[in-house]
Amino acid sequence: MKNDLKGLYNPGKYQNPITIDIQDIGMLKKALGSMFLIRKVEQQLALGKKNGLIGGPVHLGAGQEAIAVGVSQNLKKTDRVFGTHRSHSHLLALNPDPYRLFAEVLGKVTGFSKGMGGSMHLYDKPNGFYGSAPIVAGLVSLAVGAAMASKLQKKDDIGVAYIGDGAIEEGVTHESFNLAKIQKAPVLFVIENNLFASHMHISLRQPSNMISRFAVAHDIPYKLVDGNDVVAVTKASKELVDDIRVGKGPSLIELVTYRWYGHVDWRDDVDVGVDRSLDDLNNWKARDPIARLSKAMIQAGVWSVEQEQLLEKEMDEKIYSAWNMAMNDPYPSPDSTLKYVYSELSK
Amino acid sequence: MKTKKYNYGTAILSAFEYLLEKYPEVFVIGQGLWSPWYVGNSMTDLEKKFGIERVIDTPVSESACTGAAVGASLAGMKPIVVHPRMDFMLYAMDAVVNQAAKWSHMLGGQAHPSVTIRSIINRGGEQGAQHSQALHAWFAHVPGLRVVMPSTVADARDLLIASVLCNDPVMYIDDRWLYDQEDELPPVVELDLASQKPVVSLTGSDITIVASGHSSLLAREAAQQLEIEKISVEVVDVRVLNPFYSEEIIESVKKTKNLLVVDSGWISGGFSAEVIAKVVEQLSVDCLSNPPVRIALPDAPAPTSRFLEKAYYTSTDDVVEAVKKIIGN
Repeated sequence: MKNDLKGLYNPGKYQNPITIDIQDIGMLKKALGSMFLIRKVEQQLALGKKNGLIGGPVHLGAGQEAIAVGVSQNLKKTDRVFGTHRSHSHLLALNPDPYRLFAEVLGKVTGFSKGMGGSMHLYDKPNGFYGSAPIVAGLVSLAVGAAMASKLQKKDDIGVAYIGDGAIEEGVTHESFNLAKIQKAPVLFVIENNLFASHMHISLRQPSNMISRFAVAHDIPYKLVDGNDVVAVTKASKELVDDIRVGKGPSLIELVTYRWYGHVDWRDDVDVGVDRSLDDLNNWKARDPIARLSKAMIQAGVWSVEQEQLLEKEMDEKIYSAWNMAMNDPYPSPDSTLKYVYSELSK
Repeated sequence: MKTKKYNYGTAILSAFEYLLEKYPEVFVIGQGLWSPWYVGNSMTDLEKKFGIERVIDTPVSESACTGAAVGASLAGMKPIVVHPRMDFMLYAMDAVVNQAAKWSHMLGGQAHPSVTIRSIINRGGEQGAQHSQALHAWFAHVPGLRVVMPSTVADARDLLIASVLCNDPVMYIDDRWLYDQEDELPPVVELDLASQKPVVSLTGSDITIVASGHSSLLAREAAQQLEIEKISVEVVDVRVLNPFYSEEIIESVKKTKNLLVVDSGWISGGFSAEVIAKVVEQLSVDCLSNPPVRIALPDAPAPTSRFLEKAYYTSTDDVVEAVKKIIGN
């Protein structure tokens, strides 16, 4: 495998506090809070799964928080966001509501998808989240179509497709890139390159570890960024989103990251071979997007250890109460299985 | 009422024109739309009349184009995807089966992909195994996907309009062997697709033939020939295969006590089996004078040579013979 990602592929690099501008203090605090919430939700779900309280699979995004949080800073509620199997962060970055996420993961009627979808099928259109699905490249083309619709509707809303490095290995992704370009569809392809598809390291799947090479192939503008630097993600995606909104066609942003949990559920998956020993994992954990922002803010004098402790305490309480509430909620009614198949039944 | 003459192809064309004129959220996407080669007379000059932004000829990307239509439908549009051969559409199965058909259900009924997928069966002409398949039974197996197979000129127009106006994903399947039919049609009345049931297209008393699409045409032709021989055939046209309503079929079989199913798909695991199963589940054994019979394609891909093709596909005479054999028992 060619290491076209160069330093971004080295977990030993990019561990220092990130570069921030204290002028952005409002945005920085919001980003920090949003990333903390996502981290703690994922930790709670890992625990719930480990303890047998969650039935279905949960694909956790701890370690990757900066991506959704950074991208979402540039999105509107009328944008059209499509996710993947690992989409808790994508949704929470648009709507920080752990209660409805917990309820959905637990299969409760109060969840984002009324308890019909679970962790892998999330929906919150009022906040721009059109849906998620675990066919890894299954929704790329849907995001392109939602973007084409925006163009036909003469709106400046954009489509957003979150996909991973594995989805690039499915043909429809390339069809979608090509269609988006030829149609000048206002869509942002967000590539979360965490170097793994399930248990398979990218070196076992592709000749290069850089996904942006496919943007070049389709003549799509792109940016390649450290996915664990929320400021860099915010700034790079803003430039691309601004261009997309004014009709310049699709863009792609590749964000290099690493997931802290294994492919699914709470385990570390340190037994999968390439690049995932306990040392590798700890090395990547030192590239923590939250700690790097927090340290930068403390160094700049706009944040303190005490403030952070308070924030964490508030967050823990919020999570605790949301989880307990969701645990006590009812399941969907028995008629739900047939009720939602069609929009309406025969008259 | 004032009527206008159409054939099956121009009836489809008039449905496109009606929808594109009246509904700004309708657009059409698919391969071959700017070319006269692929879709007969059913889409002629639509792009000239309504613009290439709304009548989009595409790259050779069945999968992405179908998915894009599904995505656009979730954003308030009513797209029609066109696959000039059903065979080509197989690249788009994820968008159809995994996404569109399940979207409403898995998101708790909060979002509905109001997309229509028009796929064309194009048999004969020595086109062989990959330009000819009739896979409606596959799609009728998938909950959440409405499957429409118009057999008449009127249904070709009116069920296309109903499909597009329906909030659910619809697989609309037309067969090029139906295009020569002609009829006079009244002005459009918008139908509610969810209320469309099988219809008795010819009334008779000796035997019920259940069919859809081109097979319904064969059944009607056979019924006319048999009438000369004083055999009275009732034809029930299954215009919507999924969700499948069988009440009209049951009522007809109760009356005629004989059942023949004609289907353009393969016989094993096909739609003909579903029809017979529904009947025998709901009628007592002594209600039928003879065992039910089905005519469908042999379990082989379509042969290419015209000599083999002729034997492979069902003809009107095959249907006539089958009826005589059942009645003669």
